[in-house]
Amino acid sequence: MNLLPSLRPILDELTQRFGAQIEHAHAPQPNELYLHAKLELAGALCSTLYRKHQGRLAGVFAEDARAGQNVFFVYYLLALDAAHGFVLVRVPIPADQPELNSVTNAIPAANWQEREIQDLFGIRLVGHPNPRRCALHDDWPEVYPLRKDFDLHSQLPPFMGERHKFREVEGEGVFQVPVGPVHAGIIEPGHFLFSVAGEPVLYLQLRMFYVHKGIEKLFESLPIPHCVRLAESISGDSSVAHATAFCHAVERAAGVEPPPRARALRTICLELERLYNHIADIGAICTDVAFVTAHMHAMRLKERILRVNEELTGNRLLRGMACPGGVRFDFDAGQLRALAQLVDELERQFNDLSELTRGNSGLRDRLETTGVLTPKVARDLGVVGIAGRASGFDHDLRRDVPHDFYDQVQFTVPVLTGGDVQCRFDVRRDEVVQSFAILRQVMAKLPAGPIAVPLGEVPADRVALGYVEGWRGEIFHWIHTAPGNRLARCKVKDPSLQNWPALSEAILGNIIPDFPVVNKSFNLSYSGTDR
Amino acid sequence: MFETLRQSLKTGVVTTSYPLTPPEVSLRARGKPEIDWVNWRDARPAAAVCPTGAIECGDESAPNAARTTTLDLGKCVFCGLCAEADMAIRMTNQCELASVTREGLRLTAPANSSAAIANRQSPIADRQSAIRNPQSAINQSLLTSAATGRTGSVEAVGRQLQDRIQSVLGRSLHIREVDAGSCNGCEVEIHGLNSPVYDIERFGIHFVASPRHADMLLVTGPVTRNMELALRKTYDATPNPRLVVAVGACGCSGGIFGRNYATCGAVNTVIPVDVYIPGCPPIPHALLHGILLAIGRLKQVTVIKS
Repeated sequence: MNLLPSLRPILDELTQRFGAQIEHAHAPQPNELYLHAKLELAGALCSTLYRKHQGRLAGVFAEDARAGQNVFFVYYLLALDAAHGFVLVRVPIPADQPELNSVTNAIPAANWQEREIQDLFGIRLVGHPNPRRCALHDDWPEVYPLRKDFDLHSQLPPFMGERHKFREVEGEGVFQVPVGPVHAGIIEPGHFLFSVAGEPVLYLQLRMFYVHKGIEKLFESLPIPHCVRLAESISGDSSVAHATAFCHAVERAAGVEPPPRARALRTICLELERLYNHIADIGAICTDVAFVTAHMHAMRLKERILRVNEELTGNRLLRGMACPGGVRFDFDAGQLRALAQLVDELERQFNDLSELTRGNSGLRDRLETTGVLTPKVARDLGVVGIAGRASGFDHDLRRDVPHDFYDQVQFTVPVLTGGDVQCRFDVRRDEVVQSFAILRQVMAKLPAGPIAVPLGEVPADRVALGYVEGWRGEIFHWIHTAPGNRLARCKVKDPSLQNWPALSEAILGNIIPDFPVVNKSFNLSYSGTDR
Repeated sequence: MFETLRQSLKTGVVTTSYPLTPPEVSLRARGKPEIDWVNWRDARPAAAVCPTGAIECGDESAPNAARTTTLDLGKCVFCGLCAEADMAIRMTNQCELASVTREGLRLTAPANSSAAIANRQSPIADRQSAIRNPQSAINQSLLTSAATGRTGSVEAVGRQLQDRIQSVLGRSLHIREVDAGSCNGCEVEIHGLNSPVYDIERFGIHFVASPRHADMLLVTGPVTRNMELALRKTYDATPNPRLVVAVGACGCSGGIFGRNYATCGAVNTVIPVDVYIPGCPPIPHALLHGILLAIGRLKQVTVIKS
């Protein structure tokens, strides 16, 4: 087994402790260790990896293998940042008794993902603190869309069953404020129910999955080249990140390494995506506390980036660039000059914008101590990306398990511990500055050569994990290939799914008028969550 | 305060003159695919690489099979894969693609071929759809009557209603944006309309917080099963006269998601639509073009230009 030296001691320890209960261990990639264990062992294995080895529960997902093996498989994906690798624990669940012991009490980060498995696969959760529906709304009939015997194009009867019952919050002077799914701004749909006493929020209930589009099921129906375009449409503001993560998974399944130039160009695109989103968010946070001037400057800078995106790849959101095996378009000298010019110009103008925001005491007044997410809660909920790093949760796939060109460039990962809106604002600002440095280094070191390697039909029955640190946080695509260049399963893990519960925690004790700015400081994708 | 002022003055005016000047789009931008119908023999290679099924092959046994083929801009995500697969297709950077009819987004071989004639809706079907769906048929009937010179009663009523809508809404329009299931790509670009670069308020057009204040719904996304009711309620809450603009490949046709257990597909399967803006996502110029087209301001602007 070709396993990373840093993962070896962990494997040795686990096999020593659990012995034959771990039935099989294999590593299709050096940093991707699979442990096939008995069903009863799931909780103990995850807890050990989570507590002792400081693993993060980055994903919980299921797969319908009833056709071949008469079981469902449930996978627990643990990211071991210090060991620079991933452990995937796989347990079988008998088809005739689809029940799973919940790990949410031990690892709260599993909460929504376990409920999603219950909804989409019909695997009952035992011992889950809140086993209500989440991915499918209450008015859906009893269907399990991700089971193989469910047809993608099924037409379900409209609006049956009960309406969603929110939890009651009672007490003198307590009232509830429902918001959504159609919001006041230009944002995606979701429902928020605030329970307030006077001004402070006592409890915030989230109801998501309004834009559930059956994306994971759809992946199973498309040939792999078409799946890349679907991956671009999981979350529009993370088109490159999702498509690249998907391509990584396909390449790892096919055993193909993209050429160096392709990896460099992908890195450029990922950083451009990070730049336009971070700058837009910085502006949007300002506008949510009525500092509109800064927002206008930020919008202007974002537009500047989007136009360079168009010049580089033909699409302002960098769509159409990704393909398994590399990238579709090369950058010529003129395009690279335009990029270099953008970085220089943007750095100057972004400094001006930073000065503007730094010098505004009204802005600081509103952002500091607003929407605090404590490091403890961040760790418990497994909060990822900028929100995690603003609450002292120090991880970044670009540094810990470098993908693409990130092992060739030097950068720092800004980590703050305050956990308030100001910290999430500052982390973005510092990451923008790092992005400039990364882009300059990539351009300076840009390797020559081909931009893609041909990728034939991907062999069937391979499993692979693709990962990318997107601007919002880590994105995982886990695939299981099927014959005919298709997929038997594609699990998409957007950072938003992990971070939504943190918003409910961060808003506690704050006033409703601060909710927009707290929400914006997380800026989570509804579409990425709901899929 | 001084710094704020200094930076604003230093920046100067950044607003585009579009639509008085052509859209500032890179030559590399992928917009409308241009098809060499004469040399396009076989549409199947291009259709095979299209991720959204925007290329529908016609009769494969016909001697020049591609001439019966349709390229549907309402489904197209402008990835350019068809242009790589077939030399007869070339991607242009043309972005002003909005149409008042869904049919208007389907590209077929030029009118002299038999295929184009077969594709055209019959006057009877036209009339039927006008009765079924009076609001969205206004533009359609206008278009067909302009093309054929007919002046039937439905068309005349439609034109009057259209004039009335334009006189009521044309000068100042309030838009309620509704995401009915999009991937948020369209939202990224719709946000751009509020930026100083596109500054939609210079047309007297505002985005408002409630459908009750709105004259137009700007709807994105394939309508998901979970958003269908919310979209209907939003539509019902919008006072008459009202316009509906479907945005993006998903809004026009369901896009790459199509119709499945979780989505109903195109916006017009749920509420009547007046204007379709293709794109994935449509760029701000394309959005402006579609919105101005919906309120009949484009002609006015063109007059100024000439």
